[in-house]
Amino acid sequence: MGTENHSEVDTASAPFARSGKDKLLDAQGLTKRFGDILANDAVDLTINKGEIHALLGENGAGKSTLVKMFYGSLEPDGGEIWWDGQKVAIDNPAAARELGIGMVFQHFSLFEALNVVENIALALPNPGNMKDLAKRIETVSREYGLPLNPSDIVADLPVGIRQRIEIVRCLLQEPRLIIMDEPTSVLTPQEADQLFLTLQRLASEGCAVLYISHRLEEVQRICHHATILRHGQVVNECDPTKETPATLASMMVGAEVIAVNAAAQKPAIGDIRLGLHKLSAPAATPFATALNNISLELRAGEVVAIAGVAGNGQGELFDAISGEMRVAPDMILLDGAPCGAKGINWRRKKNAAFVPEERLGHGAVPGMKLSQNIVLTRHSTGDKLVNGGMVSTANAGEMEQRIKQAFDVRMSHDDPEARSLSGGNLQKFVVGRELDRQPGVLVINQPTWGVDAGAAALIRQAIIDLARSGSAVLVISQDLDEIFEIADKIAVISRGFLSEPEPAADMTRERVGLLMAGGAETQGEVA
Amino acid sequence: MFEAVLLTVITAATPLLIAAIGELVVERSGVLNLGVEGMMIMGAVIGFAIANQTGSGTLGVIGAIAAGMAMSALFGFLVLVLVANQVATGLALTILGLGLSGMIGEAYIGVPGLRIPELYIPILSDIPFIGPVFFQQDAIVYIGFALIIGVAYFLFRTRAGLILRSVGDNHGSAHALGYSVLKIRFMAVLFGGACAGLAGAYMSLAYTPQWVENMTAGRGWIALALVVFASWLPFRVIIGAYLFGAVSVLNLHAQAIGLGVPSQFLSSLPYLATIGVLVLISANRRLTLVNTPACLGKPFVPDR
Repeated sequence: MGTENHSEVDTASAPFARSGKDKLLDAQGLTKRFGDILANDAVDLTINKGEIHALLGENGAGKSTLVKMFYGSLEPDGGEIWWDGQKVAIDNPAAARELGIGMVFQHFSLFEALNVVENIALALPNPGNMKDLAKRIETVSREYGLPLNPSDIVADLPVGIRQRIEIVRCLLQEPRLIIMDEPTSVLTPQEADQLFLTLQRLASEGCAVLYISHRLEEVQRICHHATILRHGQVVNECDPTKETPATLASMMVGAEVIAVNAAAQKPAIGDIRLGLHKLSAPAATPFATALNNISLELRAGEVVAIAGVAGNGQGELFDAISGEMRVAPDMILLDGAPCGAKGINWRRKKNAAFVPEERLGHGAVPGMKLSQNIVLTRHSTGDKLVNGGMVSTANAGEMEQRIKQAFDVRMSHDDPEARSLSGGNLQKFVVGRELDRQPGVLVINQPTWGVDAGAAALIRQAIIDLARSGSAVLVISQDLDEIFEIADKIAVISRGFLSEPEPAADMTRERVGLLMAGGAETQGEVA
Repeated sequence: MFEAVLLTVITAATPLLIAAIGELVVERSGVLNLGVEGMMIMGAVIGFAIANQTGSGTLGVIGAIAAGMAMSALFGFLVLVLVANQVATGLALTILGLGLSGMIGEAYIGVPGLRIPELYIPILSDIPFIGPVFFQQDAIVYIGFALIIGVAYFLFRTRAGLILRSVGDNHGSAHALGYSVLKIRFMAVLFGGACAGLAGAYMSLAYTPQWVENMTAGRGWIALALVVFASWLPFRVIIGAYLFGAVSVLNLHAQAIGLGVPSQFLSSLPYLATIGVLVLISANRRLTLVNTPACLGKPFVPDR
């Protein structure tokens, strides 16, 4: 996954030398406090014209808080913002847009029930006539290589296109600074390359970009300057082209990040533990994806990863395998036993474990204590958590302690409510809860979504260790770095079709990207 | 005969139509106000009282609208500013309205009422059959149709309507774009209150010009069901309102003909029809999901 594969992207040639003259945005001592927590502590940040500026940091380092102050959706408690040499107060997003600050959000700020033109019109102060706006959208989007059909309803569009809408919406405001919060987390590698070309073109036209990303390789490739935040403070500034992903990561974490060790033991491949046979299911809602003829064999000792862009049937596939969605009995076999029509508990008793994508609300009940959340998934798998209909709080508490220690779950007091944990800690908990059982089959959807580097490494290592101890693991993920790090075999899901799994060693990012963009579909249709 | 039946259908459908179009706007903004019945009955009693005191039907109607808005302002304050539970608050609003109206209206029981006059639209009202049915009605019937057309135009052709729909679809994004979610929702709630008040005035000043305790008799609830029936599209409200209007007058006409069906069964028909239609509608999830405001009933607390 080196840079050499992306020769069409010009590697970080700064068009503007970094000097004080071209300052576009200059933040001095920005401070923001939420209750007892200092989210931003006297942050200084300077962005020059025509610069792609990376903002790096772990989860909770204060990146989002900082950019929200630039975009006017949060009010600073202290400090000053200078824009083009003038001191400004950015009271609301409309004021930010008036200055020429645009934002592309991490969780899309689009309206699903509305069409493309309506979505864009909502962000413009004077959108004018809808027909004229539609024409403008077509021209601008084509010009930047991001073609859009103005009358499409957003709910029907894949995430890659949705992001285009956000970017075109930004471009129509003729911005001088575009803030992008994790823009590539939902894109195929090819779509990401297209985005980088667009960003470089914008930078060459003098527009500045503030780029937030967890993916250090792309930061290295396209960014001219980087500011690193830790615990709400600026801890470092650097030229990312002169760093490596490893040095950038250690600046973010403040310590060396342990590399995941997948090759420790070559997997000894055993029997088929989980088999999918022509698994098909219709779409349950207009916004869902139908599953088409999915076949897969998961053997003991291996990690099989399913790559794919969000919304291509991953959630539906997970629901079918876990038993949240029932299908015909023979479509799913657990250790040879047909279970497509069985419930989730039956499958758990067959030594399978499931970790859904959404940790808060699906993986854990927000208002319940961790020990109570443990009982919810492990009540009937022989852990003595329920005796004669009564819950054993002692045993649940003991298990909570065990998981907390094994997975380094940090909490302010003992046995807190699930909602009080930070995202990374809660993810460690919901993964640890299932791994603690040493399940024979583990199915896990997005194991490290939105989790910082340290926690992600811990979870990935635990997944590999489980497989090496003889279990079968199915990982559904949108993060290609993660997939290449941990998978023995890789399959790609696209519009509900699954490609044939291939050994990870034979796969390239380009091939995965092509399968994501529809190759899996044609392969699935032939099969 | 058919002409007479159609006339009664129109009068039965009008309060449903007006209350439902108001609630449709409220729900499009993402708020679920279950207090329609309470706002309606308050409109009915205040409208009757003011018309009775002043002798002016117009003042009565204005008073009814104000009463509905006052009730909805209370609801808006509780659920938007204090972030109270919308379902519980809506139910409380209905109970409050029923109780309060009974108290205010005690003095007016048995007092002869005042009917707001019919407005004959020149030329059009002379057309045989169509004229007497559609163009010799009172002003509120015309206002009802104007409201449907106006709301449809507002929601789907104006920028303000687009903003209102966006707030109902995704309040987080609307807030991030700089729209004041709570202000927009409050305006929508007030509009819903005004419509419910007007629908109440129609009950006590046109449909049956007198005050009877609990005279709205569940029409607010039917209006709520109509919004779902219409899958949040204004013109479908007309179809729904006329269907329910027809079912409820069927009762009277069937008795007049002397059909051998118990009258209790016939009077329960509109409510049975409501349940039946709701079941049918929710069976077709595709249809409802597309138009359902995604943030319906969800509280919003700005993070600023």
